[in-house]
Amino acid sequence: MPAKLRPWLESRLHLGALLTLAKEKQVPQHRQQLWYYFGGIVLFFFLVQVVTGILLLLYYSPSEAGAHASVLDITAKVDFGWLIRSLHIWGAHLMVAAVLIHMFSVFFMKAYRTPRELTWLTGFCMLTLLLGFGFSGYLLPWDELAYFATQVGLGITESVPVVGKFLADLLRAGPEVTGLTLQRFFALHVVVLPLVFTAVLGLHLFLIQLHGNAAPPSYYRQPVAAQRATPFFPDFFYNDLLVWLVCLNVVSFVAAIHPWEVGPQADTLAPAPAGIHPEWYFMPLYALLKLLPAQLGPVQGQQLGIVLFSLGGLLLALVPFWDKETPTGRRGRLATYYGLFVLLATLVLTILGYVY
Amino acid sequence: MPEESQEAPARRSFLRRLLPAVGAGYLGVLLYPLYRYLRAGPKLTETVEVSAVKVGNLADFPPNSAKMFKFGGIPSILVRSASGEFYAFNAICTHLRCTVQYRSDWEQIWCACHGSRFAASSGRPLAGPAPAPLKAWKVEVSAAGEVFVSRA
Repeated sequence: MPAKLRPWLESRLHLGALLTLAKEKQVPQHRQQLWYYFGGIVLFFFLVQVVTGILLLLYYSPSEAGAHASVLDITAKVDFGWLIRSLHIWGAHLMVAAVLIHMFSVFFMKAYRTPRELTWLTGFCMLTLLLGFGFSGYLLPWDELAYFATQVGLGITESVPVVGKFLADLLRAGPEVTGLTLQRFFALHVVVLPLVFTAVLGLHLFLIQLHGNAAPPSYYRQPVAAQRATPFFPDFFYNDLLVWLVCLNVVSFVAAIHPWEVGPQADTLAPAPAGIHPEWYFMPLYALLKLLPAQLGPVQGQQLGIVLFSLGGLLLALVPFWDKETPTGRRGRLATYYGLFVLLATLVLTILGYVY
Repeated sequence: MPEESQEAPARRSFLRRLLPAVGAGYLGVLLYPLYRYLRAGPKLTETVEVSAVKVGNLADFPPNSAKMFKFGGIPSILVRSASGEFYAFNAICTHLRCTVQYRSDWEQIWCACHGSRFAASSGRPLAGPAPAPLKAWKVEVSAAGEVFVSRA
């Protein structure tokens, strides 16, 4: 950097203050430190989605007539188009996986407690946005699976009590899945959701910077002198970069050896193919809805499933507000048991969804 | 061991030199697919190479008139002068790529974007900012009165 540029930039950007901040940032050092990397991994996969998403936009055409053909062109005609598309899809899967690991690790370390309630809530908000990304992006190739996934997903939305019908019609642009639904999902997927997600992500990162990394309760039970920490810069930062490099290699490798296929074009008259099922991250809900009988006493089985699922999610989202301290000063075990229950139920339902 | 302590600096400097090379290689592996991906546009918009097209019949073209047509993928203009001769040109203005039109009131080819004018008989620029003549096509009228345009 030329000698004069540094002071010029410094007086305008106060980079020195930023550098001091980075130098002062400490990461608690304990046996669970490994889990801290997953937040960064999620961020990395988000960046992969942004870059590959923009690249796909260069050749994708969001219309009933053109969508499927343009995806075929991307995979067959455009050089390395298959790789970019495969990276986008595999990146999405790995991002959801990293988010779930991040969420459960944060949950069991009880990192959501005061003053980090809003950090937890913004994180939970991003989880729901991410599922929105998955659902809206799935329709865009306009192939057979995409069409039925959207039919079913909006069918589920429709059976939400009171607002379901209104919400489903709004998302679908009418009573049927048509080219207008595709266009609506496209707008959601590439404009609305990224805008909202980026804003919430910014708030999430700001809050983490504000409060520092949370450590598990056992860390704070140590005497202060024994509470060791790693400097964020450069120690943790370089480790983060190294983890990112590993992630890039993993997603590239998987995307290259298992390129994602394009199904036959959506046909509104064709019946759903046998063996059709959603992506793994929607499997718990799918399995629950499939297992519940049509009528359970006075209530419709499907509606009951949706209400149960929503309440379970709400309980999880609001955990910072009901996980109270016990008289001995320890955090209640109830939340831990609830977390284990959610984890177990998710796993069991996912397995049942694939087997049953 | 004494051997190791002698080797260590050489190994270190070797690794130091290796690291940027590996980094550059890695970056290349990332950027090459990206470059190829971004350059793939023409593969999706391929146009047919043509040697000649039929633009119409003699009767379709009164004197002092013109017709736009595509020669392969290129917007082109066929002009019939007031005296009855045929001329055809690549209709992309040599100034900044707008598509030109025939002005029967001036008997000249005109570009509306920046006001360049071209001679209808030669494509030569007459006025305005256009730096070069319009590229001419060859026009042939068959015995049956069909008007064909081909590369000159």
